[in-house]
Amino acid sequence: MRWMAREPVISKMRKKHVLQLLSEGKRIDGRGKLDYREIRVEKGIIGTAEGSAMVCLGKTEVVVGVKVGLNVPFPDTPDEGVLTVNAELVPLASPTFEPGPPDERAIELARVVDRGIRSSGAVDLKKLCIVPGKKAYILFLDIYVLNYDGNLVDASALAALAALLDTKLFGYQMTEDGNVVLDKSVWRPLEVQDYPVAVTVANVGGELIVDPCLDEELSMDAKVTITVNKDGNICAVQKSGPGSFTVEQLMEAIDIAREKAPELRSHVLG
Amino acid sequence: MSHEKPRLIDDEGRRVDGRRPDELRPLHIEVDVLANADGSAYVEQGNTKVLAAVYGPKEMHPRHLGLPDRAVLRCRYHMAPFSVEHRKSPAPSRREIELSKVIREALEPALFLEQFPRTAIDVFIEVLQADGGTRCASITAASLALADAGIPMRDLVAACAVGKVDGVIVLDLNDLEDKYGEADVPFAMMPGLGEVTLFQMDGVLTPEELTECVKLAMEGCKRIYVKQKEALRERFIRIKKEVEAGEE
Repeated sequence: MRWMAREPVISKMRKKHVLQLLSEGKRIDGRGKLDYREIRVEKGIIGTAEGSAMVCLGKTEVVVGVKVGLNVPFPDTPDEGVLTVNAELVPLASPTFEPGPPDERAIELARVVDRGIRSSGAVDLKKLCIVPGKKAYILFLDIYVLNYDGNLVDASALAALAALLDTKLFGYQMTEDGNVVLDKSVWRPLEVQDYPVAVTVANVGGELIVDPCLDEELSMDAKVTITVNKDGNICAVQKSGPGSFTVEQLMEAIDIAREKAPELRSHVLG
Repeated sequence: MSHEKPRLIDDEGRRVDGRRPDELRPLHIEVDVLANADGSAYVEQGNTKVLAAVYGPKEMHPRHLGLPDRAVLRCRYHMAPFSVEHRKSPAPSRREIELSKVIREALEPALFLEQFPRTAIDVFIEVLQADGGTRCASITAASLALADAGIPMRDLVAACAVGKVDGVIVLDLNDLEDKYGEADVPFAMMPGLGEVTLFQMDGVLTPEELTECVKLAMEGCKRIYVKQKEALRERFIRIKKEVEAGEE
């Protein structure tokens, strides 16, 4: 099981401190339980990508780049374009990230972000098809973590949405031999039909908090990421981490996520 | 190629396989099915067939991967190449790697890992035939295999999926319902403790629908839990009979 990740280590004293503070209703960085860290969003930071964005959640930094190409649609969806989401936990972001193929953390991160975008229908894949069964746009959305200080999912999902909103779709031309090629002299913005945002709620010693920083993630029982679409409905859920939640905690987490989602969304739409 | 969505709920409110919305598929569970494994279990849930084996606690190799204060739980969820309609490559896919992680994290809360420092506990899951709900059947089987291996546990973990098909909230989706339904919610819990250890969703649900799904999933898990305990009991009765036969 080569893909199993080595998690960072937290000292017992620091973990005790995190739990002690939380039992008094306080957090290690002074935030309230339902406060996010400072959020910064910057779109269009990579000139070579068709869409890009950087999101900073406190000290967590994530860049998402979107590259657009042409490809043959999958045989089981001949009338749809393709969206693939990939995540790289590059070694410069944390001493526990190692070079090599994506480990289980990277794969889970990419798949949770992917699920939110796909389920919400943010990108209408049918509109990315050019010639059914022959040619369609393919969007590669790559999540690049630059600094790891907890809650990669919320930062990545927000950066992914911002990057999609920034994406240029080049035109195309039919060549004489019936081939389809990109025409980079014209472009239109990618149509984004929904704005899914992920809100992660962690259960740390029985207390529910949003946006856990790394110290809190290393002290938590488990976390649950709830992705909320523009109508306030839920379009993806993922419980993660070695512990558990009670049913009441899960219900509360869903309410918290629905309450926090519009605030997060305003950072990319504003 | 046609990809017409079939009708998933008929006029009488029955599902494609004739079940009512809150009905589980026929469930067959067997414990201690593999001779070499320390613990093993086999689960058949409708047409889904899953085998789980546990090896350990055992010495960790390589040594430096061991933890000084607890055992390391390792889990591999794997689908046999012949378990699906079109042959699946036996190399682990991204989906299988994600599921291996979430299954491990669904089992971990049930175990007293701190009792076995520096060791490894390996859980191997093979999906032999897939018809939806394989990760849930895997958790149901793996938790029994862990119990069969004699590893101390807080509770068994029971799992089942719920979802929404043709606007109706249904229990224990099969592959067709998973593929064409509006939402899928895999769910696992320790029914004796009331703790949820796996909770995923894709598709779109209103908060009210999601709440309804969780309620139905809890009900399903409780029914599976009863069957799990029966299967475990049968295994011990079998051992008792074998011992008695040996004494005569």
